[in-house]
Amino acid sequence: MTVRKNQALLTAAEKKRFVDAVLELKRNGQYDTFVTTHNAFIMGDTDTGDRVGHRSPSFLPWHRRFLIQFEQALQAVDPAVALPYWDWTADRTARSSLWAPDFLGGTGRTRDGQVMDGPFARSANRWAVTVRVDGRDFLRRDLGAGGRQLPTRAEVDTVLAMSTYDTAPWNSSSEGFRNHLEGWRGVNLHNRVHVWVGGQMATGVSPNDPVFWLHHAFIDKLWADWQARHPDSTYLPAAGTPNVVDLNDTMRPWNDVTPADMLDHTKHYTFDTAA
Amino acid sequence: MSTITRRQALGVAAVAAAGIAAAAPAAARAVRTPDAAPAAAAAGPAAFDEVFEGRRIKGGPSHGGAHHGGHHGGGYAVHIDGEELHVMRNADGTWISVINHYEPLATPRAVARAAVRELKGAPLVPLTLV
Repeated sequence: MTVRKNQALLTAAEKKRFVDAVLELKRNGQYDTFVTTHNAFIMGDTDTGDRVGHRSPSFLPWHRRFLIQFEQALQAVDPAVALPYWDWTADRTARSSLWAPDFLGGTGRTRDGQVMDGPFARSANRWAVTVRVDGRDFLRRDLGAGGRQLPTRAEVDTVLAMSTYDTAPWNSSSEGFRNHLEGWRGVNLHNRVHVWVGGQMATGVSPNDPVFWLHHAFIDKLWADWQARHPDSTYLPAAGTPNVVDLNDTMRPWNDVTPADMLDHTKHYTFDTAA
Repeated sequence: MSTITRRQALGVAAVAAAGIAAAAPAAARAVRTPDAAPAAAAAGPAAFDEVFEGRRIKGGPSHGGAHHGGHHGGGYAVHIDGEELHVMRNADGTWISVINHYEPLATPRAVARAAVRELKGAPLVPLTLV
């Protein structure tokens, strides 16, 4: 059974196996297909049109399915690997072990934002950014640029306290848990973390940075935490909503999975702490 | 292809200019204040054309066929040195681009300038949708 662990608690061997599996997906070409898919949805999901992966209720089940697919690809390389999660309320500085050279490497250099250490540095020659929105082929970051701060635990708790999953108009202007977790309204959780990392993480091709998966694994865990706090609340909308994925509608690009199928994560993995 | 008179063009420009003048303060507030009036979304932003930090940035209404399908600027296109920057308007009237996707800004011009700062001289890769 897959157990997703807090990245801060991984052993050196677990970090190495995760990194090696990610590098193998990059080498065999599978990794970049995930980047391409994400960017296509980022550019296609709009507040007034069809929206599936972002700015809509299906933001959470879409990314849950996307992460399961990525984790299965990792496990096809090394069955012992699971996606770790990054609790950015606890590990909230560029000095976190997350950013050490034996794991994801650190922030970018001043001149061009280029990450210079760790397994994903361009100089290590195993991580060329090929699915990109500008001419640069090296991984970039600008951790905490301009004094930006990651969300605090107290801010997360205010969002987890929201008992309604989502509300009309089911987009970036909605009230409710989903949009506050996504970050288009209120204290801003998920979006703010993308901006804090900077570089490709701030763009539509954000999965070019492997921290994408650790960030979204924690967002996914917060959904599970929310479900545990609000057992009487569920996914909304239920049915008949134009441009929006209802509870039992299938989601692109898979077309064989619905939000209802994604509500119980324990069929696929568990967390190292009770959700 | 429609032909429009100079009078009509000026009229459109005047309406657009009035729209941005009215919309900009609301949109700017919307970045920080989620409860700001969504009325900003109703007005179209004005065209712009300037050199910012050495890059030519242009923005304005786009008409079908001049761009790749599938972008969602609501009929508004932004270019940096001639390459299209994918932009999108949020429901509250704020804007994002594919370069700064997770941080809404008040206007398409602000989005273009943010992209120029982020690019640090690098060329945009032509817009593609898979």
